[in-house]
Amino acid sequence: MKDEALLAQMDSIIARYPKSRSAIMPLLHLVQASEGFVTPEGVELVAKKLDLATAEVAAVATFYSQYKRRPVGDYHVGVCTNTLCAVMGGDAIFSGLKDHLGIGNDERTSDGKVSLEHIECNAACDYAPVVMVNWEFFDNQTVESAKELVDKLRSGNPPAPTRGPKTLPTWKENSAVLAGISDGRANEGVQAGPASLAGLEIAHERGEA
Amino acid sequence: MTSLKPVLSKHWNEADSFTIAGYQRNGGYEGMKKALAMEPDAVIASVKDSGLRGRGGAGFPTGMKWSFIPQGDGKPHYLVVNADESEPGTCKDMPLLLANPHSLVEGMIIASYAIRANHAFVYIRGEVTHVIRRMQQAVADAYAAGYLGKNINGKGYDLDLIVHVGAGAYICGEETALLDSLEGFRGQPRLRPPFPAIAGLYACPTVVNNVESIASVPSIFTHGVEWFQSMGTEKSKGFTLYSLSGHVKRPGQYEAPLGITLRELLDMSGGMREGHTIKFWTPGGSSTPIFTAEHLDVPLDYEGVGAAGSMLGTKALQIFDETTCVVRAVLRWTEFYKHESCGKCTPCREGTWWLVQILKDLENGVGKAEDLEKLLDLCDNILGRSFCALGDGATSPITSSIQYFRDEYLAHLSAGKCPFDPVASTLFVGARA
Ligand SMILES: Cc1cc2nc3c(=O)[nH]c(=O)nc-3n(C[C@H](O)[C@H](O)[C@H](O)COP(=O)(O)O)c2cc1C
Ligand code: SF4
Ligand code: FES
Repeated sequence: MKDEALLAQMDSIIARYPKSRSAIMPLLHLVQASEGFVTPEGVELVAKKLDLATAEVAAVATFYSQYKRRPVGDYHVGVCTNTLCAVMGGDAIFSGLKDHLGIGNDERTSDGKVSLEHIECNAACDYAPVVMVNWEFFDNQTVESAKELVDKLRSGNPPAPTRGPKTLPTWKENSAVLAGISDGRANEGVQAGPASLAGLEIAHERGEA
Repeated sequence: MTSLKPVLSKHWNEADSFTIAGYQRNGGYEGMKKALAMEPDAVIASVKDSGLRGRGGAGFPTGMKWSFIPQGDGKPHYLVVNADESEPGTCKDMPLLLANPHSLVEGMIIASYAIRANHAFVYIRGEVTHVIRRMQQAVADAYAAGYLGKNINGKGYDLDLIVHVGAGAYICGEETALLDSLEGFRGQPRLRPPFPAIAGLYACPTVVNNVESIASVPSIFTHGVEWFQSMGTEKSKGFTLYSLSGHVKRPGQYEAPLGITLRELLDMSGGMREGHTIKFWTPGGSSTPIFTAEHLDVPLDYEGVGAAGSMLGTKALQIFDETTCVVRAVLRWTEFYKHESCGKCTPCREGTWWLVQILKDLENGVGKAEDLEKLLDLCDNILGRSFCALGDGATSPITSSIQYFRDEYLAHLSAGKCPFDPVASTLFVGARA
């Protein structure tokens, strides 16, 4: 994983910060963009780049839930089961998907396409129940719609997120965005979903905007 | 009767609201121009006079926070915007950044200029890829327009803005944990004092503000201090985003002057879902003590909510109807705090673990009546004894739910199980085979 392009990207990320150690998180996202998860080699490379001990980098990598220590699917599905989503259907969606895919929390289908995780509140409670795929929003899900979603992911027909780019990027592609590498897709998709506009629309109806 | 007042959300219905062209068509970056024509101290004074208070939870006066930054100390100063938005129920900053990231960029330029910072950071939670794209693009476009970088707008002021992406840790929303995380460490809170204003990022004077706080700043300069003061209540000035979620007909973002009530918000948005009544709700996220139907007329400002025994917090109004088991809700929130506890201090690390064990038994109907006192006792030992506010917050749902719904806890014990049907509280009741 030491190709020139990757090393150059690492240098450009480090150069953004007043102190190089601050680049550790984007560099770990970049390792996931390259390898799919935080590999031991990735940890070593980041340590070398930042002049840190591997144990220091490993300590950071293991603190944050988005850094994976095992491969995830091309499409990593997160079902919000924090209280509000759980109550409104998230629990049923999560157990429905476990049955449907035949995998448990933090597991991956044998074809390597889909992995499943229950996640905490994703700042989209007004779109509950919420499912994230590769950290893109799939709002207002039901058990049925979520099953259909994962079927499409497995058959190579990924649907577009509700509030996101026109097509669904893979886990590695989106990890690069999190590392700060632009994919040029910021202009795609809606500016706001229906719930985000609820108050504005009512204000218009009431002559208050 | 308080009416709605869309300011930040005013142009979210325009398809290009997130672009620099869309933002400037509606007067974007005019506030920055006015502020950069003023002395930095005068900018701070205007924000102080406006009465703007932090929208990230604690409601600390924003201008006062800026004035704590020592001047002429020869050290670099930093602005860090907290876009970690992970408090359960809170869902305003992410749609704001998706639809209108330039309002944050503009506010960051004004704030950085005021506190004499040449580096500003926005720390965005990592689980929102498209929001991150929008923010990165807005920053790139602001550089291209000459609003960031060297000699901004020809005023001889330099500013670099760095978008930093988190990796999934609620505790990184706590401002000192955020700073540790941004420095490249595990995100664990720091001892205070020293406060960030004296020794923050890289041990230099630092202001940490919430997204909505900073995004509200440009409007103070475009419309004026008096315009801002004219909204809200005596000590809670201005407008803010209220987020309605849960068993309501029309969940979403409602921008209104501070002090509006939940009854007013429900009246204008169509109320609860058909055939159901409100049971409990959070005024400001799961770390704020819950309210019930008794509290529908509490003015949703810092003082009003405080006087009624809770906190305005992030104005995350999570609303649950009579189908919802309060014990289940509280157990789930408590599991969240246990999972997110950073492990630094014993009351929170061990305490949240025990809280979960006891609540699980209660929810399953196998606990004992004495467990309620044990829960309260544990909460008493966590609240005020934890190293940071995460531990304190973990006790809020428990103590408040026992206060209002003790009988429901007991009903689990007499039934020997949870007396509620979880299907009834879902949105797709009846749709399941
Ligand atoms: C556990 C915990 C999580 C927090 N999460 C956030 C957050 O996601 N966003 C935020 O702005 N403030 C959060 N805060 C509050 C911050 O510590 C800080 O008070 C706030 O960012 C200050 O901004 P303001 O003065 O503009 O409100 C959190 C606090 C705690 C204790
Ligand atoms: S209260 Fe919890 S989150 Fe805060 S420092 Fe202690 S263990 Fe960490
Ligand atoms: S509880 Fe699921 S997004 Fe907030």
